[in-house]
Amino acid sequence: MVDVIIQNGLAITLVFFLVGAFGSILFQKSPRICNAWSHAFAFLGSAAGVLFSAMVLVLGKTVSYQQETTLPLFEISVRIDPLAAFFIFIVSIVALCTSLYGIGYMAHYHGKYNLGIFGFFYNVFIASMLLIFSAQHAVYFLLLWELMSLASYMLVTFENRTEGTVYAGYIYFVMTHAATACIAFAFLLLYHAAGSFDFDVLRANADELTPSVQTAVFILALIGFGTKAGIIPLHIWLPHAHPAAPAHVSALMSGVMIKTGIFMLIRFFLEFSHPYAPWIGSIILLIGAASSLLGVLYALCEHDLKRLLAYHSIENIGIILLGFGGAMIFASLGLQSFMRLSLVGAFYHTVNHAVFKALLFLGAGSVAHATHTRNIEEYGGLIKTMTWTALCFLIGSMAISGLPPFNGFVSEWLTFQALFSGISSGNVFLTIIFIAGIASLAFTGGLALACFVKAFGVTFLARARSNEAHDAQECSISMRAGMIVLALLTLVFGVFAGSVIPVLSHIVQSVTGFSGHAAALFSTSTTVSVRNQFASISPPIIALAYIGALIVVMLSVYSVTRRRTVTRGLTWDCGTPLTRRMEITATGFSRSLLMICKTFVRPLKNVHIQHIDQSHYFFTFQKIELSFLDIYELYFYRPIAVCAEYVTDRARKIQSGNVNAYILYIVLVFICMIVWLSLSNV
Amino acid sequence: MNIIFFFFQILFVLLFSPLCIGVIRKVNALMQSRKGASIFQPYRNLKKLFHKDEIISEDASWIFRIAPYVVSASTLVIATSVPIAFAPAFAPAGDILVTIYLVAMGTFFLALAAMDTGSAFGGTGSSREMTLAALAEGGLLFTMLVPAVIVGSTNIGMIASRIGTLSIFQYAPLLMAFVGFFLVLLSENARYPFDNPATHLELTMVHEAMILEYSGKRLALLEWAAANKLFIFLILAANLFFPSTISGAVFGITLIVSGLLTLFKSLILAGVIALIESSIPKLRYFRLPDLLFTSFVLGVISLIISIAM
Repeated sequence: MVDVIIQNGLAITLVFFLVGAFGSILFQKSPRICNAWSHAFAFLGSAAGVLFSAMVLVLGKTVSYQQETTLPLFEISVRIDPLAAFFIFIVSIVALCTSLYGIGYMAHYHGKYNLGIFGFFYNVFIASMLLIFSAQHAVYFLLLWELMSLASYMLVTFENRTEGTVYAGYIYFVMTHAATACIAFAFLLLYHAAGSFDFDVLRANADELTPSVQTAVFILALIGFGTKAGIIPLHIWLPHAHPAAPAHVSALMSGVMIKTGIFMLIRFFLEFSHPYAPWIGSIILLIGAASSLLGVLYALCEHDLKRLLAYHSIENIGIILLGFGGAMIFASLGLQSFMRLSLVGAFYHTVNHAVFKALLFLGAGSVAHATHTRNIEEYGGLIKTMTWTALCFLIGSMAISGLPPFNGFVSEWLTFQALFSGISSGNVFLTIIFIAGIASLAFTGGLALACFVKAFGVTFLARARSNEAHDAQECSISMRAGMIVLALLTLVFGVFAGSVIPVLSHIVQSVTGFSGHAAALFSTSTTVSVRNQFASISPPIIALAYIGALIVVMLSVYSVTRRRTVTRGLTWDCGTPLTRRMEITATGFSRSLLMICKTFVRPLKNVHIQHIDQSHYFFTFQKIELSFLDIYELYFYRPIAVCAEYVTDRARKIQSGNVNAYILYIVLVFICMIVWLSLSNV
Repeated sequence: MNIIFFFFQILFVLLFSPLCIGVIRKVNALMQSRKGASIFQPYRNLKKLFHKDEIISEDASWIFRIAPYVVSASTLVIATSVPIAFAPAFAPAGDILVTIYLVAMGTFFLALAAMDTGSAFGGTGSSREMTLAALAEGGLLFTMLVPAVIVGSTNIGMIASRIGTLSIFQYAPLLMAFVGFFLVLLSENARYPFDNPATHLELTMVHEAMILEYSGKRLALLEWAAANKLFIFLILAANLFFPSTISGAVFGITLIVSGLLTLFKSLILAGVIALIESSIPKLRYFRLPDLLFTSFVLGVISLIISIAM
């Protein structure tokens, strides 16, 4: 029975998504049915995906399935190993909550946009992600990869009458296709070396690669999958594309889709080619350090709530890469048990980030839905009307800031411990790399905390800053349900870390083949300890102690002061009338921190003043604009664009438009090829 | 057994933390040739505040109401795990990272509560506090990591009980790390040159700006929690970086003696804080990151030295 379910689980899951996709096209005349249909089937499909992947994970089985086709170099080859099942689990569990949320959220699009198209691409998007994780053949994989990119592009540009959406989609489209080109090239190199597109053959051939091919594959895969994951400086599409999409699609893209990049990096660097030299792991670790630190700094600059969260995705991808880079360094040093610790940290942060980032995006969606703006400066006081959204967003904020007992803490702790074990590796160069990783993780934690005080405080606390915020209503039940499930999951993954870690260890074992002793990472149901008691924590006891302390404080204060009265009064503001402009703004909150970090974020200040006549002191008009210099566009993408333009401009000269000339080119190329072939055969 | 032990730890911190504040104020007064209030004045202040009625802003939400309890609870959880007289094998916040993140938890809620009343002061205070806290994180982690790496454990109790067995040379990086830790201690506890705990000048106040809207029992709780936090940092400074007075025995007179020794060391450090407060001015806000960065660099250098040894 179980075997049958496992063998057919993926197919069953896909059937749900297909029915959802084509059903919503059929019902597109009626937005209400179409909305319910597409999300209900996505929900069922995700539920099936959760069950099926959890079974594969718990039983530790590997499912595989192959279908030869008549096309050359193409076959449908599916293999679900624990790593794939783990990522399928993440996608399914997030899609479960976003689909629940989507039913309520998409209601305000009724009659404005075609929900049939949305429902179709929503289902196709989730299904394509599930298939990507199970693909075992490069060409098949690339097709699915393209399907995922296009489906998500359609979802990003869904609100196409809103300003900026199409442009956001365009940037996403260009970046994702440039990345796909790199990926295709990386696969071609591997094919050239191994003679097959089948992942199993690539795995078997992993030790045979020459160093130059290995390095080329490394660079191409890093650019290709790094773009999808959103590493700096390839991240520029993220803050455009994620805010443009509907909230629950942003949650899926930010929580899950960027993890496909991480997933393939793991496949490429730990399975298709190894062992790598330590400097390659060091590069990944340093990219992780830079992405996490810069990501959080850019998040501090933002006052569009969804863009802020998009930058935090970059930060968290950075944290995952800190763990992954550490694992690669340990792998090349032969420190297998440390590698496992590091990789478990990276995996744990992958699932944690999916959960809390989806939660935060859904919360941001509720707020934007209620106030009709994404500008954080126009929120305020929402905690009074949107109690549930506020509570869920608070939990998400605490989780992403790594506060115990929520899930972000455990994975950051594991990553810290993995990096700690690296500093005494004996090599001065690597010690410095690891110290850089620890430093960036420490500062990232502090800055993320500041950023979420800003995001939560300005959005939900104090008085409303606009009439829309003042009149905001709590979101619908389905939206609340989606958020509450995710909020509970952050707590579950935080408190029951001891039970999650063995599963993750098992995945690491299946990826790397390492099944050594447990000294570097040992967990029971209540405790997690690393490196022979070098450090240990017990998340349930931390949670219990905290709740206990809270209750004791409350009871004892109550028993002492129960006869004291509490009156409500106005906030004291030196006797002047209170207005909404007296509250601190998000810009003001983070300005001093950003001025301190001005080397990285380049704050700008433009002052426009019109003076009265010749006076230097009196003016009729004054306007101050605070902004930030986009250093990536200016120093990275602009030069590339200028070079490309120059080259293509030159290349135009040979395009005379004369057919005879083109025939001449063909003949010349033909002759060159013949000469080259005959020379290389000699 | 452990529960009783945690209870005594909490009691110790709660009982003596206002004393630290009293001692600092007394030394300050003496340095300024004043007689100063009794060192027990902070206790009387707390008692007074607990007996007062409370006024809460109309704009405030449940975050404002719950924050004092959350802040106090996080200091109490940390208090169960600091090395005072005896180091248990396992304590809730026994890991240095847990301690750091629990401190951050208190800061997080206090900063949110400060924004909750919608006053310009609260928001500014919150912004300043989070800026300093974010920049202090690196120094805090690295300076605490130095004894952890030397001893071979990030467990606070383990560090405290093994730190006494080190050779004299191993104290060299520790001393450097201590200087860094002390800088962070001043920053985290709103002391000179980072903040002036005795002023309500809007240009400079950080911690006081955040608790400006509080009164009555919640103000008392916050004051007490701030004192707890200071005392906890003092105990950590005293027992992680210097030969510790942790007792090996579980019962008996040695426990009391080592507890008193810890108190004595902490009070000496409190006196040092007072000396600093009387001898240097408060720094300009945008100079403070330099100091925090110094603490971070000291931490990194001493870490590298301790690895090399």
